[in-house]
Formats: sequence, structure tokens, C-alpha cells
Amino acid sequence: MSDLILQIDGREVIARPGATILEAAQSVGIAIPTLCHHEKLEAHGGCRICSVEVDARGRTSVVAACLYPVEQDLVVRTRTGKIERIRKSLVEMMMAHAPDSEQLLALAEEYGADRDRFEKDASFCIHCGLCVRYCAEIKKKHAVGFIDRGPRKEICFIPEIASKECWECKECFPLCPTSALQAAFVLIKSLTFPTDTPDSESK
Amino acid sequence: MTTDTIDQIIDKHQCEASSLIQILLDIQSENHWLPKEALERVSVRLDVPMSQIQHITTFYKSFSLVPRGRHEVHVCMGTACHVRGAQRVLDSVTEQIGIGPGETDVDLKYSLETVNCIGCCALGPVMVVDGEYHGNITPAQVAETFKNYE
Repeated sequence: MSDLILQIDGREVIARPGATILEAAQSVGIAIPTLCHHEKLEAHGGCRICSVEVDARGRTSVVAACLYPVEQDLVVRTRTGKIERIRKSLVEMMMAHAPDSEQLLALAEEYGADRDRFEKDASFCIHCGLCVRYCAEIKKKHAVGFIDRGPRKEICFIPEIASKECWECKECFPLCPTSALQAAFVLIKSLTFPTDTPDSESK
Repeated sequence: MTTDTIDQIIDKHQCEASSLIQILLDIQSENHWLPKEALERVSVRLDVPMSQIQHITTFYKSFSLVPRGRHEVHVCMGTACHVRGAQRVLDSVTEQIGIGPGETDVDLKYSLETVNCIGCCALGPVMVVDGEYHGNITPAQVAETFKNYE
């Protein structure tokens, strides 16, 4: 199949079939904010911060750029009033969970989000799934997963696997847009190795 | 629950990872809850990571990771049942079997749960024991109902 031509923010963009709007935009230097996206991992579409407006098949809709595949003659707008409002609200909602996340603070500044709009429910996790997907897809260890659902959903290490694997790895820590992951690991560590951890009492 | 019984259930579903939920449901209905050993066995046999099994078993409310009684008692607290006295039925059930909602008794005989609506509002107030519906139940009839369960 030949390359597709679409329009992003008024610019003609050429993309290969199967690419996502996000990839097409990045190829010409149009920035779309992301939180749950990682180029090595399967797209997740969890945070929705990459929402953009598209005109396709005669209607306008808001879609997640990291998941939506490009189409011929697609018209994409990455910065409209509507999109800015959506992103602002999303950041505000995520900030109720992780008020001091640096990535969120940067986004809040950009979109004018109010850090204290919603009552704080500091779980520190915004369910981006980066750690879960990284562990499963790249490391293939499945040491961390989601448990429960809805407002009670959280990440949870499997102690049996974590005690063997995570000690040496910890590669998911820098991926976390908040500090939730580290906190969860520290918790499981303290439960799995109650006393003689190398770095707990020695400091 | 023995490994053999678990293996039988898994074999019944051709050991397919896509049948995971069905297998877990079968174990749940046989054993009334999902012990960790059973989940580990399923994980090994189907080659499905434990993290995924944990995700699924905590996601669906029909799965229980803590021991459940042999008889599952559900009392509907939906709007229609509520106005027809579901709370008094629930109080009566609690008094009768000695456990509150979400609890299981020490003999593993009963587990009690409240549900939000079971979709037969015309029968309200409704109590369901092991899938058997007791409609238009009065607090006085509750004691009679529980005599039939061993």
C-alpha cells in the first residue's frame, strides 16, 4: 500500500499505512502530549492526554492520537479550544491522584490546570500502565500487574516474582510519571523482606 | 480442592488460555472460592502470568479470593426491594445465620452479600440462596427458608 496523505493542524503530512496520528505528528515535529505512551510498548490509550480532534467520514470526533490509525485525507487538529479544555480537565483529575508529579505539573502549566480543583485522593497512580506493560512486554517477567477496578484499581507486585526479579531490574521505576511505582515496590519489599534488606537499616 | 480436580477442570476446557475465565468460574462454583494454590496451578497449566490472573480475579465480583461458605445468600437492596422492606429482611437474615453482609461464617456454611438489583423488582423484597429466588419474602419467613440448607 502506498503512503497516505493527511492534514495535521493545517499541514500536509505523509504517513505509512498503519501508523498512528501520534507517529505521523511526531514525524513532522508537531508535539502531542503523552503520558501512557512509550514507543517500545503497545499503545494503551489509558491517559487520553493525547486526545485530538479528527474529521473523518463527515463527522468530527475526539480520539486518542496514540491509538487512532491514519487515514487518507484525514483532518486532524491537535490544538483547539475543545481539546485544550479536555486536556486541562484530564490533568486536573490526574492531579487529584498525583499532585506533585513533575510531568503533570508541566502539563498543568501549559494548559492552565488548577492543581487543587478536585479533592485530593493521593494514590499517586494515574493508571498509565507503563510499568505493567514494560514488565510484561519487554522484560516478560509479569512481576507487576493491576488489581481491582474502577476507583479502587491499583498496581500490585506479585511478591513471589518481585522478590526474585525486581531487585536486579527496577527498570520500570524511571518510566513512572509519578512516584507511585517506587512506593508500591517499597511496600512490597518491606513485606517480602521484613528485616534484613541491604539498604533499609544500614542508613 | 485437590490438584487433580483442578486439572480435570482445566482439561475439560482443552487447557486453552482463552478459556481462563470459564475455568476460574468452574473452580469457583466447585470450591466456592479461589485458593492461591488453584490459581498457581491454572497459571502454570495455561501459561498465563499470575499478574493477569490477579487482574481478572480482582476485577470480577463473582470471583472470591477469600473463603466462601457452601451456600451463597444474596439479599437485594435495590430501590424496589428497599421500599418493600429489604432492610428488615437483611436484619432478619443476619440474625438467623449470624453474619453481616460481606461475611462468611466459621463453619463455611453461609456467605452473605447484599446486591443492588437482581432484576425482578416485582418480586421484592427478594432473597437468593444458591441461585434459588425467594420473592415477596417477609422477615418471619426467613428463618423457615434457612431450615432447608445443610
